[in-house]
Amino acid sequence: MTHTLGRPDFDLIAGWVEPGHRVLDLGCGDGALLKLLITTRNVQGWGVDIEDANVLAAIRNGINVIQSNLEKGLADFADDAFDHVVLSRTLQTVRHTEHILREMLRVGREAVVSFPNFAYWQNLRSVLDGRMPVSEDLPYQWYDSPNVRFFTLLDFEALCGQMGLTIVERRVLDEAGEIVLADSPRDLNFLGSLAVYRLTRPR
Amino acid sequence: MPGIGVVESQRIHFSEPLHLRSGGILPAYDLAVETYGTLNAARSNAILVCHALSGHHHLAGHYADAPDNVGWWDNIIGPGRPLDTDKFFIVGLNNPGGCHGSTGPSSINPATGKPWGADFPIIAVSDWVTAQARLADSFGIDSWAAVMGGSLGGMQALRWTISYPERVRNALIIASAPKLTAQNIAFNDVARQAILTDPDFHGGHYYEHGTRPVRGLRLARMLGHITYLSDDQMGEKFGRELRNGSFAFDYDVEFEVESYLRYQGDKFAGYFDANTYLLMTKALDYFDPARLDDGDLVKTMGRTHPNTNFFVASFTTDWRFSPARSREIVAALLANGRKVSYAEIDLNFGHDSFLMEDPHYHGLVAAFLGNIAL
Repeated sequence: MTHTLGRPDFDLIAGWVEPGHRVLDLGCGDGALLKLLITTRNVQGWGVDIEDANVLAAIRNGINVIQSNLEKGLADFADDAFDHVVLSRTLQTVRHTEHILREMLRVGREAVVSFPNFAYWQNLRSVLDGRMPVSEDLPYQWYDSPNVRFFTLLDFEALCGQMGLTIVERRVLDEAGEIVLADSPRDLNFLGSLAVYRLTRPR
Repeated sequence: MPGIGVVESQRIHFSEPLHLRSGGILPAYDLAVETYGTLNAARSNAILVCHALSGHHHLAGHYADAPDNVGWWDNIIGPGRPLDTDKFFIVGLNNPGGCHGSTGPSSINPATGKPWGADFPIIAVSDWVTAQARLADSFGIDSWAAVMGGSLGGMQALRWTISYPERVRNALIIASAPKLTAQNIAFNDVARQAILTDPDFHGGHYYEHGTRPVRGLRLARMLGHITYLSDDQMGEKFGRELRNGSFAFDYDVEFEVESYLRYQGDKFAGYFDANTYLLMTKALDYFDPARLDDGDLVKTMGRTHPNTNFFVASFTTDWRFSPARSREIVAALLANGRKVSYAEIDLNFGHDSFLMEDPHYHGLVAAFLGNIAL
């Protein structure tokens, strides 16, 4: 199966948004996800990124982008301003994990979070072999990685429980971007390279 | 890339009175205007560039008889430049109250036959926008492809989107603010006091006395200039360098920064009109469009058109119009679901950064304008 823009999580997210929805993409890069959602799902989109090159690329792509530091929260955004707030493959680079998750669900009705799963069996094997994992979803060497938080699917679900967040949907992908079908969270934790969640909070 | 080359200015007369926010009336007025590029048949490719405190209609290029008189925003306008004159029709004007050819305090008041001087009515940003809208009418331009400005010019661009939402398809609001802070008004007042207390000011009627309040205007400009630069930049440019290498223990020019400021003050006081300076600073102080909605900026930005694209930019070292002030505009637009992009540009030139040629800054402007479908 081929995936849009080589990003299997993009296809999942596209399936979760409805035409007319307001979508905020945190760490939007060049705006590729928003462009996809705008052209195929007719949403209204805004991105946030801190890098000059990404802000320029997003504007070139015709995407609304706000240059801002996610570590400082989402103060420029009003409560409940968005239907979906997306944090795609970025949570592991954010130091203030709880703060950003709370902020996402303050400004948005639903949060969509994807992240690389460190408990994926290939990653575990790499560590057992004595080396930090480098893979499709963890494409960095330990010394040049932007990642500052290393966690697993089960770790994330435990945090969601602690924070009182509701997991609406969970999709787990292998390195090829194929959906992993398994019943128990333990098996998913072992077999999944990338996890994608839809979260809400009780209102 | 070569610039636009030789340009010409024109004066356009408006005979319909301009009723001003202050209650004053400008019975008739001239606007000094320059245009570059060609207005297309659909009249859909026009960009209005609004000037700041000391600016005017001469945005780009130079005059045939004055090759050194290059427009104040020449680095961004021309063939292949961000405001591409091969694609767009660029319009610059000197706002009413100015001193570069448009009707202002040094023009003749038809009621008295003498220069207006201090009797020239106080003029607000919204009045300039009204005058600019009439200018658009005179060109047959229903809606601007973009309205753009930095600082006080950015305030005009912002006001356009509130006063005439359907006539602005894109707005570029650079190094600006939704209103001035107390500190900012305070700087303006010191500048005004320098002019008002100059013995040569004569209550604003100095033209009749054959003199000008040069000392006051010079001080006003020196103060303003300090606030337009960043501490780092001044440190890098001048440090504590002495003109003659050692202390002279007197009050003449010693430090290079003194020399620079005095030169800037003298140059400015040589050509700028003090009454215009007073008017411009008052327009800055009064600007606060949220007053339309009891101070609720979110509500005011709801008056903008949902299809207008906004580009808001600030500069990290700008302390006169800090990034936080631009973010207020952005937040109010976002709260209304408006299409807005915001860039915080890392440039070392303080408030003056908006006039600098920088690949990233100009790249952003070019990218934003590049999305405009004509």
